[in-house]
Amino acid sequence: MTAKTLFEKIWESHLVKEILDQPSILYVDLHLVHEVTSPQAFDGLRMAGRTVRRPDLTIAVADHNTPTWDLKLPITDPIAAQQLNALSENCDEFGITLHDRFSPMQGIVHVIGPEQGHTQPGKIIVCGDSHTSTHGAFGAFAIGIGTSEVEHVLATQTLRQFKPKTMEIRVEGKVDYGVTAKDIVLAIIGKIGTAGATGYAVEYTGEAIKSLSMEGRMTVCNMSIEAGARAGMVAADEKTFEYMKGREYVPSGNDFVDAIEKWKELQTDIGATYDKTIILQGKDIEPHVTWGTNPGMVLPINGKIPNPSDYTDPGDKESVERALEYMDLNPGTPIEEIYINRVFIGSCTNSRIEDLRAAARISKGKKVNSNVYAMIVPGSNAIKRQAEEEGLDVIFTEAGFDWREAGCSMCLGMNPDILQPGERCASTSNRNFEGRQGKGGRTHLVSPEMAAAAAIEGHFVDVRTW
Amino acid sequence: MEPFNTFEGIVAPLNRVNVDTDQIIPKQFLKRIERTGFGNFLFYDWRFLEDGSENKDFILNKEGYKNASILVSGRNFGSGSSREHAPWALQDFGFKCIIAPSFADIFFNNCFQNGILPITLPEDIVNEIISNSEKDPDYKITVDLHDQRIWDHNEEVVADFQIESFRRNCLINGLDDIGLTLDDEVNITQFETNRSKHGGVL
Repeated sequence: MTAKTLFEKIWESHLVKEILDQPSILYVDLHLVHEVTSPQAFDGLRMAGRTVRRPDLTIAVADHNTPTWDLKLPITDPIAAQQLNALSENCDEFGITLHDRFSPMQGIVHVIGPEQGHTQPGKIIVCGDSHTSTHGAFGAFAIGIGTSEVEHVLATQTLRQFKPKTMEIRVEGKVDYGVTAKDIVLAIIGKIGTAGATGYAVEYTGEAIKSLSMEGRMTVCNMSIEAGARAGMVAADEKTFEYMKGREYVPSGNDFVDAIEKWKELQTDIGATYDKTIILQGKDIEPHVTWGTNPGMVLPINGKIPNPSDYTDPGDKESVERALEYMDLNPGTPIEEIYINRVFIGSCTNSRIEDLRAAARISKGKKVNSNVYAMIVPGSNAIKRQAEEEGLDVIFTEAGFDWREAGCSMCLGMNPDILQPGERCASTSNRNFEGRQGKGGRTHLVSPEMAAAAAIEGHFVDVRTW
Repeated sequence: MEPFNTFEGIVAPLNRVNVDTDQIIPKQFLKRIERTGFGNFLFYDWRFLEDGSENKDFILNKEGYKNASILVSGRNFGSGSSREHAPWALQDFGFKCIIAPSFADIFFNNCFQNGILPITLPEDIVNEIISNSEKDPDYKITVDLHDQRIWDHNEEVVADFQIESFRRNCLINGLDDIGLTLDDEVNITQFETNRSKHGGVL
């Protein structure tokens, strides 16, 4: 039998039809839907007189637009309210389960999928959202799609895809104390660039990856798209099964035991080859901070802002110049001397319970710097409840953090949580594009530990020695 | 979808690498529930100043380029968010074709879903087109998808490009993916019959 990669095993088991020189038709096990990228897809169905083929395999959640303030307060943005209403009406009309902003199960789409047990090894999972790659942490093939494809999946429960190439990103050995999953993935993007994995389905391997918790693996897979990858994945192991056990939509009892046997086969076979392999050493990875306007513009905490003249490629030189102007940074400035006035701990990258615990460990008994407004937005209502049971909210509020309701929040600022022009933010989210967190806002991507420490000091510090 | 015919159009040069979809259409405009009307918001933060007036320095605000139907830009165009509002905005503004040395996957795919042709060409040819169109706001290119070739009006730049035959056929004939897939519904039903209640590989 031919040796196969994890990706190939999932791909082949989902082929509805393979046609020469055409994209294959793949069956979709789970379709996650949110308010921003779905209204036009539902309209398309209505116009064509089509219906949702498998509402039972479709889950919707309101997350991108939802305010994170007190749920009793109304939504003040009428256009956001209209989009949220459209999602409710569409889910009613087509019989789709919806977690609206008042649901105890509500949260960021890529947080609630794993949390409720919908996300499972070997599944093909899609969502009209580029960070769908998050679910690959469970050994699933999970990809972000556009709205036309959302409509296609709603109508047919399949997706047409050209087969991507495969890439292994192996992180060998262990990482140092204080170095997190976020630092690993930022180091990877720093090494291969924001288009380094374009056209590939990435599998993360190696001791440093396997040593990560499920939350950490989700952080790594989440940012695969920031390197251009079609998907990111980690083969399932005991940690995966332990995380899944007992969750609502995971098979239970003997079904679970049988499932584990099948899921264990979802490993890349010895002798299977990837189209490309990238290797990093865990011991070389330090806490990372982005300084520019894409996630590839990133440096270790002890680094200094680069000079455009360091770059030979004219495109790179121009984009570094633009980035430094937008970020209002000068070449040669040490990262540790960058002062911030906002902190955002949240997003589908870093808003899970482990992220909040890490931020709480740093913040306990300390005070947020007087120049900084810092907010913490849990990834889901379930995480919020758990954090409150553990007393993390008390640690945060005593330190001066604002403790908010769940949602996407200031990762993309579609709700009222945005940066003002010129504000500088240490953010645990995934994108530092111009204007991403608010027009004129300046974003530095970091781990929850680094964000919490920056909140307290008012500038970036090395959490390993802080 | 409208069939994609051979056409000649004015080129607008956007000489930047890594143009992400957050720049193509900023998030504040994603709350609309329609597919149309996004052109006014295309490259909003670059096209408009704080007070809402036009940024005269931005290329699409300069005379001549406002009528462009071909956008030429640097590598990794369309990176970041999967928002299909990006191709909707480009199309609504009047662009039918985007030329770049490389594209991000999701954006590339979204273009085809909307009848926009993304053409990948070597960086030196892209740079030549950018340079020509920066010098001459009336610089025009003809795009022939059938023969997979572009040429400028004085035939100084002539380049061949490759598009997968399936996608090319869909664009030329304005075919709808969903309709095509539903032609194979029997295969989908067959797959579902064999699929366990837990799905995945179970």
